[in-house]
Amino acid sequence: MNGVHDMGGMHGMGAIPDEENEPVFHEPWEGRIYALTRALRAGGGAWNLDAGRYELERLPPADYLRMSYYERWEARLRTQVVKNGLATQPEVESGTPAPGSAKAQPALTADMVPVMITRRASTRRATGAPPRFQAGWRVRARNIHPPGHTRLPRYVRGKAAIVAADRGVFVFPDTNAHLLGESPQHLYSVRFAARELWGEQASPHDFVYLDLWDDYLEHA
Amino acid sequence: MSDDSRPHVHDHDHQAVPPDVALRVKALESLLVEKGLVDPAALDAIVDAYETKIGPRNGARVVARAWVDSEYKARLLADATAAIAELGYSGGQGEDMIVLENTPKVHNLVVCTLCSCYPWPVLGLPPVWYKSAAYRSRAVIDPRGVLREFGVDLADEVEVRVWDSTAEIRYLVLPERPAGTEHLSEGELAALVTRDAMIGVSPV
Repeated sequence: MNGVHDMGGMHGMGAIPDEENEPVFHEPWEGRIYALTRALRAGGGAWNLDAGRYELERLPPADYLRMSYYERWEARLRTQVVKNGLATQPEVESGTPAPGSAKAQPALTADMVPVMITRRASTRRATGAPPRFQAGWRVRARNIHPPGHTRLPRYVRGKAAIVAADRGVFVFPDTNAHLLGESPQHLYSVRFAARELWGEQASPHDFVYLDLWDDYLEHA
Repeated sequence: MSDDSRPHVHDHDHQAVPPDVALRVKALESLLVEKGLVDPAALDAIVDAYETKIGPRNGARVVARAWVDSEYKARLLADATAAIAELGYSGGQGEDMIVLENTPKVHNLVVCTLCSCYPWPVLGLPPVWYKSAAYRSRAVIDPRGVLREFGVDLADEVEVRVWDSTAEIRYLVLPERPAGTEHLSEGELAALVTRDAMIGVSPV
């Protein structure tokens, strides 16, 4: 979707903040919302990574820009637990389970955490659609505007580039986010000249690399 | 990180947050615990891991090893995921790693314009500046201006490569080893390596 989350190349976002000796979590609630999200996702079935990102993108734009990173996580988790049937809206609002509601067993216990946080859950797949491009080929990012989740930023759409490398086969976010299947396909490291993206104002020595799936590219 | 053109944050990026966000999180945790969906001790363990174990010291050890061991460096550049796992680091948001080597001719800089993708197992959770709209928007259109704000002024002819983490590949920058460090041990070298150098916004 063409949302405010897709920020590459925008102006007016202010100065980059600087904070000496920044803590990992500024306040306890930040750590709790991070850990709650990880713990529920560790259960496996609740929702996938791409669906989680899409939920953040769907926050109202003014809210997205106003909120801190973990405030967005908090808003997302309240939505996700209802959407995935883990709790009802009244339960989330009251913070109390409905009378007589079933009690589950946590999918993740403390003893499982060291394994959970070091486990590789790669979205690389052994097989998928055959590659349509090769390293060294000239390509163009397609000029498409999917209303759902996509990882093709606006600032490269329609722009020409060179395939720098074939990264192998990976789950395709545009379908996976909507639970329409993994559609595994080749992912490429694609090298765009900064001048192709931004015109003469850019340095001729600058390049921007993106990892783009087969379905985002066409021959150029 | 001391350039005067950047405002120093003494309070936090969520300064304007309504105070009830902490209460909302507390209520949500309490609900999910009461429903048996989460174990509060598991939450404690996750927070503790990211506050005390998983952070940029991990990445610094990878960098220092690459500086002192040319065979390790070759493995790191050929298969970063496996070479990083040799030192015991793996997990979420680091499943498929690539290491980018800075040289006198090529400078690498990492960003995620779409969210804030970041290699958690080697760098921990991202700092506020990396997650800021300012960095996410500017890194791809004005990388040299961003680098100048961080105190890095590159010669015109140096090639700048900005890596926008749009997929599940995660990037770690291998900074140049500073001159005059031949006498330092691997541990002493690791102590020199900063988080920002491994994102590509600062030299070591």
